[in-house]
Amino acid sequence: METILNKLRKAAPAAALLLTVAAGTALQGCQKTNGNDATGATASALSSDAASQVYVAPGKHDELYSFLSGGFNGQVSVYGLPSGRLLKIIPVFSQHAENGYGYSEESKAMLQTSHGFVPWDDLHHPKLSRSKGMTDGRWLFVNGNNTPRVARIDLTTFETVEIMELPNSAGNHCSPYPTNNNEYVIAGTRFSVPLDMKGGTGDVSLDSYKDTFRGSISFIKVDQEKGDMDLDFQILVPGFDYDLANGGKGPSEDWVFFTTYNSEKAGTLKEVGASQNDKDYLAAVNWKLAAKYAKEGKAREMPANYYHNKMDKGTHTAKSTVKKKVRYLLPEDCPGLMYLLPAPKSPHGIDVDPSGEFMVVSGKLASAIPVFSFSKMQEAIKNKQFDGEKNGIPVLKYESVLAAEVKEPGLGPLHTEFDGKGNAYTSMFVSSEIVKWKLKDFKVVDRIPVYYSVGHLMIPGGDTKEPYGKYLVAMNKITKDRYLPTGPELAHAAQLIDISGEKMKLLLDFPTVAEPHYAQAIKADLVAPKSVKFHKLDENKHAYVAKKESDASVTRQGNVVRVKMTAIRSHMTPDNIEGVQVGDTVYFHVTNLEQDWDVPHGFAIMGANNAETLIMPGATQTLKWVPKKAGVFPFYCTDFCSALHQEMQGYLRVSPKGSNVPISFSTGKKKAASVALK
Amino acid sequence: MKTSSRVLMVVAALSLGLLFLFPMWKIYLKAPQYPEGLEMHIWVNKISGNTESSLQNFNILNHYIGMEPIHAESFKELTIMPYLVIGFIVTGVLVAFIGRRRLVLAWSALLMLGGAVGLLDFYLWLEKFGTNLSPTAPIKVPGMTYVPPLLGSKTLLNFDALSLPGWGSLGVFLAVVISLLIYFLTPKMAKPQEILRPKPTLV
Ligand SMILES: [Cu+2]
Repeated sequence: METILNKLRKAAPAAALLLTVAAGTALQGCQKTNGNDATGATASALSSDAASQVYVAPGKHDELYSFLSGGFNGQVSVYGLPSGRLLKIIPVFSQHAENGYGYSEESKAMLQTSHGFVPWDDLHHPKLSRSKGMTDGRWLFVNGNNTPRVARIDLTTFETVEIMELPNSAGNHCSPYPTNNNEYVIAGTRFSVPLDMKGGTGDVSLDSYKDTFRGSISFIKVDQEKGDMDLDFQILVPGFDYDLANGGKGPSEDWVFFTTYNSEKAGTLKEVGASQNDKDYLAAVNWKLAAKYAKEGKAREMPANYYHNKMDKGTHTAKSTVKKKVRYLLPEDCPGLMYLLPAPKSPHGIDVDPSGEFMVVSGKLASAIPVFSFSKMQEAIKNKQFDGEKNGIPVLKYESVLAAEVKEPGLGPLHTEFDGKGNAYTSMFVSSEIVKWKLKDFKVVDRIPVYYSVGHLMIPGGDTKEPYGKYLVAMNKITKDRYLPTGPELAHAAQLIDISGEKMKLLLDFPTVAEPHYAQAIKADLVAPKSVKFHKLDENKHAYVAKKESDASVTRQGNVVRVKMTAIRSHMTPDNIEGVQVGDTVYFHVTNLEQDWDVPHGFAIMGANNAETLIMPGATQTLKWVPKKAGVFPFYCTDFCSALHQEMQGYLRVSPKGSNVPISFSTGKKKAASVALK
Repeated sequence: MKTSSRVLMVVAALSLGLLFLFPMWKIYLKAPQYPEGLEMHIWVNKISGNTESSLQNFNILNHYIGMEPIHAESFKELTIMPYLVIGFIVTGVLVAFIGRRRLVLAWSALLMLGGAVGLLDFYLWLEKFGTNLSPTAPIKVPGMTYVPPLLGSKTLLNFDALSLPGWGSLGVFLAVVISLLIYFLTPKMAKPQEILRPKPTLV
């Protein structure tokens, strides 16, 4: 029986698609009342044994870690699969009051940029590091969209350890893509901008978009051992919008592909202006050749100004370096570097199947999903089957590279992942469903509704050579009636779908933190055994560490007072401090002396204008505090560490400016005051 | 004494070397919030744990009940005992050279005595640490002491304590058993010539 939706799909000519998009929500409404198998009938979509499939008994561990981006919260959230249990929130581009990230003196440098301190960003795409095309569980790379940055999270500590700003970039959405052995992490700009050729943007008329705006693709080199990043070079590309990136594997592993939209180069009302061309482009870049060109001196150099921030393991302290130049390649100078493949229409996802032969492009406004063939692309390049060029970059003939089109997949194809068993799964934003189709004959074989408006989807390892084809996670933008209402702002949802059989089966949905854009997942046993339990106190090289209670001190240097404090169950040393004056800058350098798993201590003081700090065992963290009035200020541990946690507290006395109360400190019986340094 | 007995006597003496390779005694603690358990290892010359920081973690727990912190420096025994053990090894080898049955017995008896004194000492310091609690301890349970078992298990508040000899003690056990076997299995009369014959290939 044909549904209303299917009738509509068939009837809708390409030109009417925009209208359909606009009517998407209304259509969902129709579907619901329609009551067929593709509708929102929750009960029928849920498999009867779903609960047992996602049940992870108390004390048992999940099979997989999944890392979901948080979008506008600038964080990554870690969920166990299949249970959907939230395990951790990792702050990356945002301050996190929970543990003082971005507030503590040690971590502030992580959020420094050429624009100053930028404590927020829009984090879209987590990507796991790779070895031989497979996720290796060492690092997670993520992008900051707004103030273009790429960050690295260390999966032994689940902490952000490095953030690099990208010059010549704006809206770092097309990012990050790690090559199959972490040789490079590649990041493309979403917005093209008028480059001033000094690493920034020029002061030009906005009417000059077509002539002056350009995009850039950054090649970040990754240290094979330590993971440290370094911006090796950039490619300056035509002034389109670059949306997503993904790399080849097997035969295509030297290549990385970028979806583009706004090939019209509209600078205003892009909603219409960037939706005119029937085809935009898939940009194919031979990254190995690019690296070779850059190495062989084809790269030019321009001045730049961007920040590179790194957390040092030994000192537990982040440091910023300002980089002053960047190398770049121009595609027109570098034959064979880059080709454009026409792709309908405003494409979003570009996904290469596990064999490395098929490049699937999901055009948000397209009515079919084009699947390109890598071998045909190679053939077409050899035979020069070009359809003109754009900014000196050859455009390949659509038919010459096309393997097939997946017909009538649904509305608003967005992103495709693979199960390693010859199937592809595409998320359909407008028609709120996941569509399964076969790579063998490009025929749709199954579909399942999702609730609602799915953006990306994720199959663990679904972008690698060997996906773990047991589960699929749909990341939805709208939840409406799925959970108890919480006012105007509702949780977003991730839905776990069983893809082990012929038919997809909904198993579970769980609320997520902020807006999940994309996710990666990895088998737990690749990450869990390497998890750090505590930092070794012996290896703590913090400038103001106190490794034992007798190292604790309070010293004055002008109007700076440094408190070297220790914390251990269940007291702080010192816990009585006097001699601080109004207007002093007080640094509490707190070292957690514990050498046991899961015993952090917190430190908070009344009236602090930043946050608390949460200090992991063996580490040192610093909270800055400027007292504004005289009096006695309590401080305490904020992490329930022991039976005597409530007693883990102390007092600091603040005297008026110029008072003659000497610096003194003690725990228990009073110790002699340390010498004040003038 | 026969050559084989002498060799065995050397083995008995050297088996005491296990004391330097393994702990003599192990105390295991387990509680709901310590699923991984905590182990204290008592060696002939040091106190350690199953991890580098076990001792610190033991002491953190003990401070709630007002127990004195445990450090290797708290025990004079640990500086004396290694020399005693080395003494036993050296004299044991000498006994093997001399080959006198009676000396074997004497060595064995002394070793048993030493072991007994060691055990008693161990018991005394368990007793001392477990009962000598600070009057200002944060947690005071009326009538409660925290003496871990010398051997076997016992419940101390939320902890299950288990105390067992370690592989090091096996050295003492072997030394005693082997030397006693030598004593009882060697014929009473030994030929003096045999004793005087040099045995350069003994070890
Ligand atoms: Cu605490």
